[in-house]
Amino acid sequence: MALLEVRELKVHFPVYGGVFRRVIDRVKAVDGVSLNIEAGQTYGLVGESGSGKTTTGRAIIGLNPVTSGRILFQGEDIGDGMRRSRSRFRRDIQMIFQDPYSSLNPKKRVLDIVAEPLRNFERLSAAEEKRRVQELLAQVGLSAETIHKYPHEFSGGQRQRIGIARAIALKPRLIIADEPVSSLDVSVQAQVLNFMQDIQKELNLTYLFISHDLGIIRHMCDYIGIMYKGRHVEQGTTRDIFENPQHIYTKRLLAAIPDLDPKQREIRHRQRESVRLEYEEAYSRYFDDEGLACDLKPLSTTHFAALPERG
Amino acid sequence: MNDDLLSIKNLSTSFRISDQWYAAVDNLSLTVKRNEILAIVGESGSGKSALAFSIMGLHTRARMEGEIYYQGQNLAAMSPAELDRLRGNEISMIFQDPLSALNPLMIIGEQIEEVLLLHESKQTASPKKSRKHRKEQAIELLQKVGIPRPEHAYGQYPHELSGGMRQRVVIAIAIANQPKLLIADEPTTALDVTIQLQILELIRRLKEDMAAGIILITHDLGVVAEMADRVAVMYAGQIVEIASIYTLMKNAKHPYTRSLMSSLPTVNDEGAKLHVIHGVVPSLKHLPRQGCRFRSRIPWIDESKHEADPQLHEVEPGHYVRCTCYKDFHFLDY
Amino acid sequence: MWKTILRRLLIMIPQIILLSVLVFILAKSLPGDALTGMLDPSVDPSMLQEQREKLGLNNPWHIQYWDWITKAVQGDFGQSFRFKMPVMDLIGQRINNTIWLSLVTLVLTYLIAIPLGIISGRYHDTWGDRIITGYTYLGFAAPLFIFALLMLWIFGFHFQMFPTGGSVAPGLAPGTFDYMVSKIYHLLLPALSMALITTVSTVQYLRSEIIDIKQKDFVLLARAKGASESRVYTHHILRNSLLPIAAFFGFEITGLIGGTVFIEYIFSYPGMGQLFLNSILIRDFSVVTALVLLYGIASILGSLISDIILGIVDPRIRIK
Repeated sequence: MALLEVRELKVHFPVYGGVFRRVIDRVKAVDGVSLNIEAGQTYGLVGESGSGKTTTGRAIIGLNPVTSGRILFQGEDIGDGMRRSRSRFRRDIQMIFQDPYSSLNPKKRVLDIVAEPLRNFERLSAAEEKRRVQELLAQVGLSAETIHKYPHEFSGGQRQRIGIARAIALKPRLIIADEPVSSLDVSVQAQVLNFMQDIQKELNLTYLFISHDLGIIRHMCDYIGIMYKGRHVEQGTTRDIFENPQHIYTKRLLAAIPDLDPKQREIRHRQRESVRLEYEEAYSRYFDDEGLACDLKPLSTTHFAALPERG
Repeated sequence: MNDDLLSIKNLSTSFRISDQWYAAVDNLSLTVKRNEILAIVGESGSGKSALAFSIMGLHTRARMEGEIYYQGQNLAAMSPAELDRLRGNEISMIFQDPLSALNPLMIIGEQIEEVLLLHESKQTASPKKSRKHRKEQAIELLQKVGIPRPEHAYGQYPHELSGGMRQRVVIAIAIANQPKLLIADEPTTALDVTIQLQILELIRRLKEDMAAGIILITHDLGVVAEMADRVAVMYAGQIVEIASIYTLMKNAKHPYTRSLMSSLPTVNDEGAKLHVIHGVVPSLKHLPRQGCRFRSRIPWIDESKHEADPQLHEVEPGHYVRCTCYKDFHFLDY
Repeated sequence: MWKTILRRLLIMIPQIILLSVLVFILAKSLPGDALTGMLDPSVDPSMLQEQREKLGLNNPWHIQYWDWITKAVQGDFGQSFRFKMPVMDLIGQRINNTIWLSLVTLVLTYLIAIPLGIISGRYHDTWGDRIITGYTYLGFAAPLFIFALLMLWIFGFHFQMFPTGGSVAPGLAPGTFDYMVSKIYHLLLPALSMALITTVSTVQYLRSEIIDIKQKDFVLLARAKGASESRVYTHHILRNSLLPIAAFFGFEITGLIGGTVFIEYIFSYPGMGQLFLNSILIRDFSVVTALVLLYGIASILGSLISDIILGIVDPRIRIK
């Protein structure tokens, strides 16, 4: 059984207008997304800005209201976070945010930041709490003395580690990482990615890894979903996606990844040109009038793509 | 005729932190040729953006020493009025963040026309005629940078456009007067990959169409490999390695360059550990000012392998590496 | 745009109704009523009761409210017990004075704030900026009524440069040139006293806006275009930093109401503020409630004006 199962998730935001601010339209941020994540695996959610990848992650953790669809965690419906109490699931699902500069409260000490989830869910004495926080900081590679410091005293990579310490404080099963390294320098990025892999093994964590960087997704993920305008266009193992992409949009994304070999420039240029032509030529078959992708069709047991009906 | 479009000699740009001056760009020299893309690679704190701002004369509170020769004229010694004649005209810059680089209260058209107006030759006909001409030019530029429905975009405000579209407007402003030198400061960092590709194509075409010299500042080695003719790697305010792109990608020497490359998640390493550079980038105030600046990041290399006053050495034609430590450098693990 | 304004106007209706109920309840819950101050204490209590009954003062509050509000809508706020004349006429005599005082104060506020804010922001961390910032701190710290008394004493009594009370010299016919000059002459000292204090928040606001804006990327881009320093200021920095100041205009009205109450009292300037304080002291309730209601409506209108200005000048908020 999958640890997390999302079925036909829809998140629509109302648009208000007119004199009486009535709902005049809906933005379909997420429109029928389904995915399964097995325990201990990393599922990469890829897409460009506006694809709905972040909204999907936030809906799973309960930060966005769910319009329809089901979210099952260990087979149980965790429902709509906005209405139902989900304290049991709240412990098991945690989030790492994109910006290590703004996701930590600058007025709080590291001790208070990391201990916050503990205070919400566990009753610990002050001494126990301090010991737990020091353990957690040691786990993310920060020294025990740092508990009395404030976020601004740390570098970007260290702050992201503090964010991770907070996320793993309650021993969660699933971590939703929303662009966790996008704002970091290359060398710091490497540090955080390595570290995320280490604790994944150590704590048997499952990741939903949201990113627009295909290089990082390929490095981190077992399974990948590509999103476009709130819908999946393709889903499969890392190998399926990178070695056998089927959807024109996936092909286009992959072709756009910068290549490290300058000698390949000409060849890449020609490849990109042909992919672009194919994309433009086939667009109307792959997407409907609103630019929405078709439903996913199975290509193998792991590989699904939103391909048009033949004929 | 000399092929050098820009030649920077011993440039130092310093900032004041509690009554002390600290050099963010430290005694740096480099040249840019016509019809060349020179990439400057480095992480935050390397001084690459401070360098770009120094060339453009955009620092308001920095102390600059050294010379910046643009076609034989020293930009660093120019009066503001002289500099204003060049900026936006022969020398221009693409800013990093398209969301903040446009004036939120001005329509797109007005922002492009401003740069046209500022460098319009004096003998143009009637003001009315030239206004009409500027509008045509602005729309033409919007079209050139690939904005659909340019007449419509002309009257729009920045917030009505997406990030990629705004970056195109920023580029349209930068190329409006067909610059000879273009500085692109992280032009695609804030953008999605497919948009990034289109913007890079656009910059490349500029080089081809106008034979401009382009300084491309980026932290993304992928972008460098796609775009650059030559690459300068910066660390702590200095150039530590400079070479043609082909040489650098094949035969990088400096420990920092090699470390950067191995910390990238590349195509063939699924699941493998990424290289992590020991320690952190020192802040401007705590930069080591003596000896090899990368020394503290590779503590396992014996002190005696570093130079006392590291210089750039030509290791093969056109390929320079700072400090002798590269000869004995090896990765610690893996 | 029109839809937004219409929507805001519709929202104002329940706001004003709520305000009027609150004002009415507050007035009723104060000790004493209209008759307490009016009648001789030696009057027979049974006669008092009779009077109360006659005036409807024994009715349940909502009926009294309805009586009051229906008349109020027609401009009838009852009689002032002190001046023995309709409240509306009483206010009508003074409202012009207050409006003129407010207007001159507003003009002076901006005349002081805009140049000082610009100098302070453009040349921040220089001596000029430090002096201006020092002045704003003084302005924040000094209570208006003490500062106004000081001004009155120095320029009114000591140097005798300005009149110390009234709104116009006696014996001048309205409409003549001398009358106008005298009006302005009487206005100047109170308006200046108030403006000098109330302007400091605008100075500070403008200063920090300019400091904030001048390091924005679009300002750097303007310089990179080759725009001269003065053009960078006029076309880019000032446009953007004056915007929130313009939007704040409506709220200045609210601030003025508080200010005029003190200033008019101190300078014995016959406006609504002075009337307000006097009426409170002698419990002239029909006047007080009418004035509170007017002040409240002015505040609500002020915030409406702010919203409208912002909607007009800021394209990001402009509704199509």
